[in-house]
Amino acid sequence: MTTSLETDICGTRLRNPTMLASGVMGETGDSLLRVAEAGAGAAVTKSIGLEPRRGYPNPTLVELEDGYINAMGLPGPGIEAFGEEMSVALKGGIPIIGSLFAAIPEDFVTLAVRMQEYGASAIELNLSCPHAKGYGMEVGVDPEAVASIVRQVKAAIDIPLWAKLTPNTHRLLDVAKAVEGAGGDAIVAVNTVKAMAISVEARRPVLFNRTGGLSGPAIKAVGLRCVYELYEAVDIPIIGVGGAETSRDVLEYLMAGARAVQIGSGVGRRGLGVFQAACGGLLRYLEEHGLNSLSDIVGVAHVQ
Amino acid sequence: MFSEAVKIEQRVEEGKGITTLRFPMGAKVRPGQFLMVWIPGVDEIPMSVSFIGALAGITVKEVGEATRALSLMKEGDVLGLRGPYGNGWQLPPGRVLCVGGGVGMAPIMTAAEGMADRTRVDVAIGARNAGEIIFEGRARRASDDVRTTTDDGSYGLKGTVVALADQMMREKRYDVVLGCGPEVMNRYLLKACKQHSVPCQLSLERLMKCGAGLCGSCVIDGLRVCADGPVFTGEQVERMTEFGRWKRDDAGLRVSL
Ligand SMILES: Cc1cc2nc3c(=O)[nH]c(=O)nc-3n(C[C@H](O)[C@H](O)[C@H](O)COP(=O)(O)OP(=O)(O)OC[C@H]3O[C@@H](n4cnc5c(N)ncnc54)[C@H](O)[C@@H]3O)c2cc1C
Ligand SMILES: Cc1cc2nc3c(=O)[nH]c(=O)nc-3n(C[C@H](O)[C@H](O)[C@H](O)COP(=O)(O)O)c2cc1C
Ligand code: FES
Repeated sequence: MTTSLETDICGTRLRNPTMLASGVMGETGDSLLRVAEAGAGAAVTKSIGLEPRRGYPNPTLVELEDGYINAMGLPGPGIEAFGEEMSVALKGGIPIIGSLFAAIPEDFVTLAVRMQEYGASAIELNLSCPHAKGYGMEVGVDPEAVASIVRQVKAAIDIPLWAKLTPNTHRLLDVAKAVEGAGGDAIVAVNTVKAMAISVEARRPVLFNRTGGLSGPAIKAVGLRCVYELYEAVDIPIIGVGGAETSRDVLEYLMAGARAVQIGSGVGRRGLGVFQAACGGLLRYLEEHGLNSLSDIVGVAHVQ
Repeated sequence: MFSEAVKIEQRVEEGKGITTLRFPMGAKVRPGQFLMVWIPGVDEIPMSVSFIGALAGITVKEVGEATRALSLMKEGDVLGLRGPYGNGWQLPPGRVLCVGGGVGMAPIMTAAEGMADRTRVDVAIGARNAGEIIFEGRARRASDDVRTTTDDGSYGLKGTVVALADQMMREKRYDVVLGCGPEVMNRYLLKACKQHSVPCQLSLERLMKCGAGLCGSCVIDGLRVCADGPVFTGEQVERMTEFGRWKRDDAGLRVSL
């Protein structure tokens, strides 16, 4: 039997477990296409809302040695214009996951139905953006609000529904159980960790929005902890995100219990080759250890 | 990659509404790379590095709020910098023609100086009028053949810098042309280079937010100007369906240039 990196997330087949995380190169069809060409197993779009949004003025990004803090403010063309981008993105031949943000369940439903029409393989609800007021995290820390969104969206679409959660809450497991209870098909964890940077010379926060979301290697340990705990709390598949860049990072997430791993900041820090490099290392690891498939390592870190 | 705060040590008015700011900077920069420049309390914008070395510099043309605030900064004021970002020029062996339009001379000048051989590099400088011609003296120190042109004929030849470059390609054989200027200039320069069968590299501009290859706001087709560029080969540019026609606004919507 040949070694394979294929993986399956509630019916969505991926040629390998690496996926582009939402918000990185996911705003236009052509850039999603390039991510497909670069070897990702799937790509998640930028979180799309009802209307076009300009996002925050700059500075929207702080670069640190081990990551970034961003407060883009959910810029995007809005669902209407995004159809054209989707039709381009789909030419890449990999599953395109439509990420969505909204403030109320009805809007999530409208968006999800359109995303399904556009050909998305699954919907990822962004219930976790730490810096756009009224959206994301403010909704995503309340288990009941989350359950209501998941239930209503799930009833309106036929494709799988993933929920992306924030680590900025002590109720992570309650929220995840709410997702599972309401019929959600998978959990994506984590979004960025709420953070800030201050310039001593300028004596003020650097980001226009003052606070933003920390990503990259700086948060890998947080992401791993969340995935590990989620694996013990829910039965639906988990997709790990946060600081993954190398095959070793991906292995850590798989061992913690993730079925697939999203990469965002790694694209900026290491370039688009990050997907192929991680997959090459994974394949070598499986072969060296005489394993045929990824399912042999998912969750193995949960030792008695 | 680095982030640092620097104190402006020198401020030079290069021309009408065009100002150079010099500051000591730790990071190593290649010709054609750019910085994200933070003007605290105002904005953060991309600026080509116009002077490389211990006393680095940027040269800014006033077109709006951020560039105005930057132009008004004084010696001793603090700027936040991150970068350098982008690929920069490929400086090949052989004879090079550098073509700069307006403040496009900023990255062009570091390329000409980076060649470090005045017999191998010629420079064509163009601007709308005499007041906007910059770096002519610097160019003459870096090159044996420097020519200038203005749209209104107030300095040098009258006409576009592309017409000048075309003339120079007719007279001399170049191995590569490096160009930076407004998109129309880049477009016609590409055409002229094709006619003369001279390979070219063009430095392009798009709206930048992160500058680091993440947000996708600067894409032309699938290419990120900040990370895959800003310098693209003529072949790459020819394949771009959006070049010369479309750009993306703050929301990522396609709008005409
Ligand atoms: C890689 C890169 C390198 C750059 N290097 C330099 C440099 O060395 N020196 C320099 O002066 N500028 C440079 N720019 C352009 C500079 O970043 C913009 O002019 C600046 O962001 C405009 O900000 P603003 O707030 O002043 O103007 P805005 O308020 O954003 O715009 C004001 C007006 O200027 C127009 N405008 C905006 N951007 C540009 C532009 N790029 N070119 C022409 N008109 C524009 C707008 O359409 C608007 O009408 C560079 C851009 C990029 C992408
Ligand atoms: C610039 C940037 C923009 C982002 N935008 C979004 C977004 O629109 N929606 C979303 O769900 N997550 C967004 N994220 C979060 C990432 O998808 C990911 O959860 C986080 O960055 C951690 O992964 P990483 O360390 O691999 O980047 C963004 C991250 C960055 C760095
Ligand atoms: S400015 Fe963000 S990707 Fe280029």
